[in-house]
Amino acid sequence: MNWLTRLIPSIGKSSSKSKSKIPDGVWTSCPSCESALYQPELQKTLYVCPKCDHHLRIGARTRFNIFFDNGNFTEIASNVETGDPLGFKDVKAYPVRIKEAKKNTGESEALLVGFGKLDGRLVTAAAFEFKFMGGSMGSVVGEKFVQGIEQAIESKTPFICFSTSGGARMQESMVSLMQMAKTSAAIQKLKSNKLPYISVMVDPIFGGVSASLAMLGDINIAEPKAFVGFAGRRVIEQTVRVELPEDFQKSEFLLEHGAIDMIVHRSEIRSKIIGILDKISK
Amino acid sequence: MIKRHFLEFEKPLEEIADKIDALEIVSKDNPELRSQIDKLQSEFEERTKKIYSNLNRWNKVLISRHPQRPHTSDYIENIFSNFDELHGDRQFGDDPSIIGGLAKIDDIPVMIIGHEKGKGTDEKVKRNFGMPQPEGYRKAKRLMKMAEQFELPIITFVDTSGAYPGIEGEERGQSEAIASNLALMSQLKTRIIIVVTGEGGSGGALALGVGDHVTMLEHAIYSVASPEACASIVWRSSEKAEEAAEAMKLTAKDLIKLNIIDEIIEEPTGGAHRNYKTISQNVRQSLLSNIENLNKIPLERLLERRYLRLTEVGK
Repeated sequence: MNWLTRLIPSIGKSSSKSKSKIPDGVWTSCPSCESALYQPELQKTLYVCPKCDHHLRIGARTRFNIFFDNGNFTEIASNVETGDPLGFKDVKAYPVRIKEAKKNTGESEALLVGFGKLDGRLVTAAAFEFKFMGGSMGSVVGEKFVQGIEQAIESKTPFICFSTSGGARMQESMVSLMQMAKTSAAIQKLKSNKLPYISVMVDPIFGGVSASLAMLGDINIAEPKAFVGFAGRRVIEQTVRVELPEDFQKSEFLLEHGAIDMIVHRSEIRSKIIGILDKISK
Repeated sequence: MIKRHFLEFEKPLEEIADKIDALEIVSKDNPELRSQIDKLQSEFEERTKKIYSNLNRWNKVLISRHPQRPHTSDYIENIFSNFDELHGDRQFGDDPSIIGGLAKIDDIPVMIIGHEKGKGTDEKVKRNFGMPQPEGYRKAKRLMKMAEQFELPIITFVDTSGAYPGIEGEERGQSEAIASNLALMSQLKTRIIIVVTGEGGSGGALALGVGDHVTMLEHAIYSVASPEACASIVWRSSEKAEEAAEAMKLTAKDLIKLNIIDEIIEEPTGGAHRNYKTISQNVRQSLLSNIENLNKIPLERLLERRYLRLTEVGK
């Protein structure tokens, strides 16, 4: 089976759900400066507050719509179903949480993987859906990510991932933790094939996703003021018992400490990636 | 001698041990008490067996953290010879919470890398309770590359509650340090054997945990987060740690069923901390047979096998 035939079953599933991703109501308020924001206007600014430049959180499908040429992409690995390897139950059973997350987001899991054109060049991309259980990485996220990478290798296309995630998913414990190794191994394979991996860090990324696939980009890009770190702010504060500076773990902090290559405004991410691929991708 | 330490579910054992202690003192002048001591000793063993054959997951969490549980330095001392410790990441510093170096097992040269929690307050502080900073993982990375260069099998001992959550660690790239170890180990051209000896906590454990054969000690644990952290994230209360431990399926028995690990190393009755010699022998035997088995697999196939092993989890 080649990459093209693998695509066929899912063709036609592209960006039809995009409109439902816009929050309800015509008016919303900026989480940072609290200005009233008009939805149609926000759509034009790619969900960046025109008053304070705060980058609002957006869904995976919205991300793809603004990333791919004309918002067109073919979804891949859409049929991977979430299992319950541990039979995990806290106040709610894990399958119930999955069902609720599906209903609330319209997505089947916390990662969307697509194949399409970027300025006419074929690329494979992945985007986390933060509203799906905090964008947490369980077995399905890992599996979809790896299928995306394998698709990129077969079709000899660059791979781009927009990460936003609370970390590894508790409800699958070791199965989740191993997804860190699984996705990292696949990224290494992509690199051995001399194909570029561009990691775009989007607010927020912590724990197991930060300490695996998000940090492993050949090029690491972050949106402005995104929080990215290994341990959460609260955990660090409780451990070291000092108040942390306001910019701690923000993109600007990461740039200063050498963890990322650049900070790029949402409106320029597309053109920036196009320009980079023009130099490093054959 | 180190003061004995009994865990909360070992109370009946502590009572017997106290009685034995008292009788030992008196028996110096009353030799006829010996038979009573012997009787209590066998009762102690019986009860130990009984308690340890019926442990729940939380009990195992406590055993894995037992202050007298053997750590990496104990295994190095009891299993290997000619250990040359190698220090430093060549970039920033040396992290004592990870020990690494060259050694021999039987006559086979190997690279050893492991978390070290330390024993006693001073050493624990020096070792940062086995919670590494980025430079610890970068030292490990340097030694792994060296092992590849000299074609030495790597043996890692995993025993940490997690990577250290601090300001400096974030500044120096804790996430990157862990991530790049995962990436490196997935393709490293040498044999890698992992032994989870105590606590396998989160990404900080996994950063020494990617390889060709994963073993766990019978009472070790391995999970995505500590039960306390999982409880505070999922239950929103760290007091639910016992429930979280049950739900996370973090024991060796659980994880062999889930195909996360390959082998369980049996511990002496009452746990590894009660008999360093026996547990070291068991670990040694397992290591020797795994080195032999992995040596039979050509390197190229071994790497394919490793990739499949990693990518098949949760498929």
